[in-house]
Amino acid sequence: MIQFILNNKIIKTSANSGMTLLDFIRENEQLKGTKIGCREGDCGACTVLVGTLNKNKISYKSITSCISPLGNANGKHIVTIEGLNLAQDLNFVQKSLSDNHATQCGFCTPGFAVSLTDYALTKSNKNIETGHDAISGNICRCTGYKSIEEAVKDITEKLAFKDADHQIKWLIDENFIPNYFIEIPKKLNDLKVPELISSNGTIVANGTDLFVQFADKFSEEKIQLIGEDPSLKGIAFSDNICTIGASTTVTEILENDKLRILFPKLKSFLKLVSSQQIRNMGTLGGNFVNASPIGDMSIFFLALNSTLKIKHNNGTTREIPLSEFHQNYKKYDLQDGELITAVSFLIPDKNTFFNFEKVSKRTHLDIASVNTAGKITIDNNIIIDAYFSLGGVAAIPKFLVKTNDFLRGKIIDIELIKQAEKVLQLEISPISDVRGTADYKRLLARQLFFAHFIEFFPNQIKFQNLINN
Amino acid sequence: MKNIDSFGHLRGESLFVDDIITRHDTLFGLVFDSPKAHGKIISVDYAKAEEVKGVVKIFTCNDILGENQIGGIIPDEPLWAENEVHFIGQPIAFIVAESEVIAKKARALIHIEIEELPVIITAKEAKEKGNFINPSRSFKLGDTENSFLKCDYVFEGETFSNGQEHLYLETQGSYAVPMENGNIKITSSTQGPTIVQKTVAKVLGVSMHKIEVDVIRLGGAFGGKEDQATAWAVMTAVAVQHLKKPVKYVLNRHDDLRMTGKRHPYESTFKIGLTKDLKIQAFEVDFLQNSGAAADLSPAIAERTLFHATNSYFIPNVMTTVYSCKTNLPPNTAFRGFGGPQGMFVIESAIAKAANEIGVNKRLIQEANLIAENDEFYYGQIATQVEAQKSWFASKEKYNLEKLEKEVEIFNKDNSQFKKGISLMPIAFGISFTNTPMNHARALIHIYQDGSVGVSTGAVEMGQSVNTKMLQVAFNTLGIDPSKVKLETTNTTRVANTSPTAASATADLNGKAVLQACNSLVDRLKLVASKMLSVKENDIIFKEDFVFINNKKSNLSWEKVVAKAMLERVALSENAHYATPIIHFDKTKEKGHPFSYHVYGTAITTTTVDCLRGTYEVNAVQIVHDFGKSMNLGIDIGQVEGGLAQGIGWMTMEEIVYNENGQLLSNTLSSYKVPDVFSVPKEIDVIPLETEGNDMAILKSKAVGEPPLMYGIGTYFAIQNAVAAFNPNYKPKFHSPFTPEKVLMSLYEN
Repeated sequence: MIQFILNNKIIKTSANSGMTLLDFIRENEQLKGTKIGCREGDCGACTVLVGTLNKNKISYKSITSCISPLGNANGKHIVTIEGLNLAQDLNFVQKSLSDNHATQCGFCTPGFAVSLTDYALTKSNKNIETGHDAISGNICRCTGYKSIEEAVKDITEKLAFKDADHQIKWLIDENFIPNYFIEIPKKLNDLKVPELISSNGTIVANGTDLFVQFADKFSEEKIQLIGEDPSLKGIAFSDNICTIGASTTVTEILENDKLRILFPKLKSFLKLVSSQQIRNMGTLGGNFVNASPIGDMSIFFLALNSTLKIKHNNGTTREIPLSEFHQNYKKYDLQDGELITAVSFLIPDKNTFFNFEKVSKRTHLDIASVNTAGKITIDNNIIIDAYFSLGGVAAIPKFLVKTNDFLRGKIIDIELIKQAEKVLQLEISPISDVRGTADYKRLLARQLFFAHFIEFFPNQIKFQNLINN
Repeated sequence: MKNIDSFGHLRGESLFVDDIITRHDTLFGLVFDSPKAHGKIISVDYAKAEEVKGVVKIFTCNDILGENQIGGIIPDEPLWAENEVHFIGQPIAFIVAESEVIAKKARALIHIEIEELPVIITAKEAKEKGNFINPSRSFKLGDTENSFLKCDYVFEGETFSNGQEHLYLETQGSYAVPMENGNIKITSSTQGPTIVQKTVAKVLGVSMHKIEVDVIRLGGAFGGKEDQATAWAVMTAVAVQHLKKPVKYVLNRHDDLRMTGKRHPYESTFKIGLTKDLKIQAFEVDFLQNSGAAADLSPAIAERTLFHATNSYFIPNVMTTVYSCKTNLPPNTAFRGFGGPQGMFVIESAIAKAANEIGVNKRLIQEANLIAENDEFYYGQIATQVEAQKSWFASKEKYNLEKLEKEVEIFNKDNSQFKKGISLMPIAFGISFTNTPMNHARALIHIYQDGSVGVSTGAVEMGQSVNTKMLQVAFNTLGIDPSKVKLETTNTTRVANTSPTAASATADLNGKAVLQACNSLVDRLKLVASKMLSVKENDIIFKEDFVFINNKKSNLSWEKVVAKAMLERVALSENAHYATPIIHFDKTKEKGHPFSYHVYGTAITTTTVDCLRGTYEVNAVQIVHDFGKSMNLGIDIGQVEGGLAQGIGWMTMEEIVYNENGQLLSNTLSSYKVPDVFSVPKEIDVIPLETEGNDMAILKSKAVGEPPLMYGIGTYFAIQNAVAAFNPNYKPKFHSPFTPEKVLMSLYEN
């Protein structure tokens, strides 16, 4: 039995937990405002909000319901566009979009309205940038977005006055959301929803990869949901080690204060990773076992020289370096019954620099042509340690062992970087595909490798010195 | 006035095909399509699929009682393949089952054997092998051969513009329901309800009056649902004809991407000749249109390419030829601009090439050749009320081009990693269906006895807000509050024999019909009111829901006049027909006056290229656009911005990729990228050109759907200029889209 609140209605259903939330909303509940655009999380027409109760406080996130398993709604408050409608008038977000002519054909519109309500509901700073982040996963083919941007401006101006301590009440008073929201935490508490127990079937966290491929299959089969398993979540710091649970989402990493201090550019790095809706769902473990040669999180954590913690369902555990996890195309070191539980890495010290680069056809919500991360530790211009990873240039997310070895112990200068790049080229074997030709990927690998050093040492390493054009 | 659908759209209450209430016994369809791009069908084994529980019937060409033919212009496209297949995604059978999931399971169990035949992917290869859809067409003015001899400069070159996926957010779909006496009602997501009705009737072997097609609205179309919405509607109708049960088919995204045609890729070669004063004296082009495996709308699209081959320039000697090349891709089809953008890309490329070779700024050549009043478009139409130069100079002045260019120059001097580029893009786009007989429309207006009004037209609402414009025409003409007027669905039983909603002309054609109908109704009601008030008809107008006498409000309300008219047995309904006057075109001479008017404008585009990463952003597109006298500037600016974004997508990130077997590789939304909120220009500024408007346009408010897309072409050349600013060895190529890959390779080519 799956139990949750859908808008203002208590749902108790025996529907299969592998059914998509989208189909449950549209077919079982006949709520047609949530649209089917692509069923792969790439258009945002099916965006809904998920409210999670934590100590009587509820926090909301936007997700794409097309690749979200119904089972993950258990114990949550799910909000569709219908659940945001006021009795008579447009709510504030809807009105802002309407006033700015930000709806044309209307098919993507409910998704935008829901995403922008997420913007209103989250704690993030309110500025145009975070407003745009909120709709980073919403595609509109009609407007060219300028009118939507105007609406974001209006909403942002209004939200500057938000009462952060009583935000739900404020949002109700200001016509952002209907009255019933105030009752939801109590209602959810009263529901006393038991955890969903499922111990067999395909292991699924939040579905962003598997539900793109197997939604039909899962609609009829048993699946084992681990996305909400508290033992797999959380970001912990001890001594000089950071450990992140495998079911931690990209958003949870992005919102972690300590990590943001350790990686000052974390936000700009992770904004290159999919969209807000998908970051709200996509987990680290999922990205590692997806095993794509251009998996952003694999590349990111490879350069952190991370270690994976793996647990067998017989209780045994083991650890392996992430760099040894991926063995061949989509092949990795995980036996039947094993699960990645966490990833850990050494906290960078003040002499350590980290950078992440990604180039794709479209900068946001796209799969990289080439992505790369680099971590370098220096002492008086001497490289103590170097860890570079490169995606899209081999059958697996590539850990550049030889390049890293070459760099270690040497003095940083332009010539060294150029020589290291030659080593790098010998380590990689890109192929031509829909994301670019092999020649392009080689050139891009060079450029992004150079980019790391320009970003690490902006005063010392200059673009024009690396590129003799 | 806002889009009248906003309220429903924003609340998620607007209905699309997939949202309408279905009968509980509704069945679901799914196409089984060809896995090979070209071959002979040896055998298809449906046995295992038919055994799947819940599969009701699998339809093939053998189940067709009428003709197995859906080709519009040329009858060359079967609904379901018979003996041969010509593209991957070509429908072969239609599985009807109790659910879509069941149908998908069955589809996976169909086994097909195909004897493969050679596959042609490019237009060039098709031309070499003589594979054409129809004979080539040529337009001609003056004598290019002689003129080239007198030119100071002559340059030749080649261009390629790739296709483009429509990516309407709502996929194709249809819901067909059996009515009594063998009649069928179809709710379709189509731009062309009459095309659907006519084709269904033909394939089912019944008369058109047995088929009712209703269109509520489309979740985007952009040309992709002009011809290509038909097949799915016909399939559901065939199933209903046999099963007597409702059948629904809404394509999933992957099937839609794989099976439907896109904007035509064009491979073209040009020759351009200029004299020292930078006047273009002669221009020749051979356009190779990659039409795909069947005609679809390709011949009409090819024709429009010729019409726009000289864009907004006057060139005294022109010779253009277009070849519709038959390949093994899905039949390519209408897409906003309808071949016009592909034509304009070539002339802009030719000018860029000439500028680069001569060593002058491209805009000097553009400026020297803008079409002027009474010049002749090379297909014979004399240019009148020309706004080409006016919009060009207005954009230069209002946006201070000199300053912008200076800023770019200084920026490029000061920066090594980032380079900026700037370009100007003028447009002149002809309004009317180039096929003259299609330029007509009708409106049916009912005034109900309580004074409320229902308006039916042949226009299909697909986000362009045509219904809002129809409502504006109606309530303004009737002098009543907008809340009294309702726009009805587009339905073949209310408005018949319609042209598709296309060619940017729908608001003009249908709006004129609404205007006529409303005027007739007003005349009749004036007569009633004049008797009620004992005043002269001519002294009466309807305004603000009341009768005004000599511009003074009386206490006689609209409702009272209507009620009286009802008692007096005055007709409260009116049907009006509008056919565009003046226009004509003689295809035997390829000369005439095909357009009711042209839409003009100029865009200034500024881009910045990151020369380290090969990525770029569009900083600003600043436009002076000829709206005529816009009847709804908010909506019209939305069309400009949306069209521009689509044009930029076509020129930059949207890359259709087929492999050599004719398989679409950009077959998902994760591998085909359209602009998102971050990739559109940081600034889009639109200034309406000051102009009188044109009487051929509805309320002098010019058509706006397609023309702005072509401003996007400016982005290609702005990026190109930035690349050239970085790499002195760069040899300009004209091969769109200018993806980050091409940018990086260009930045570092020797």
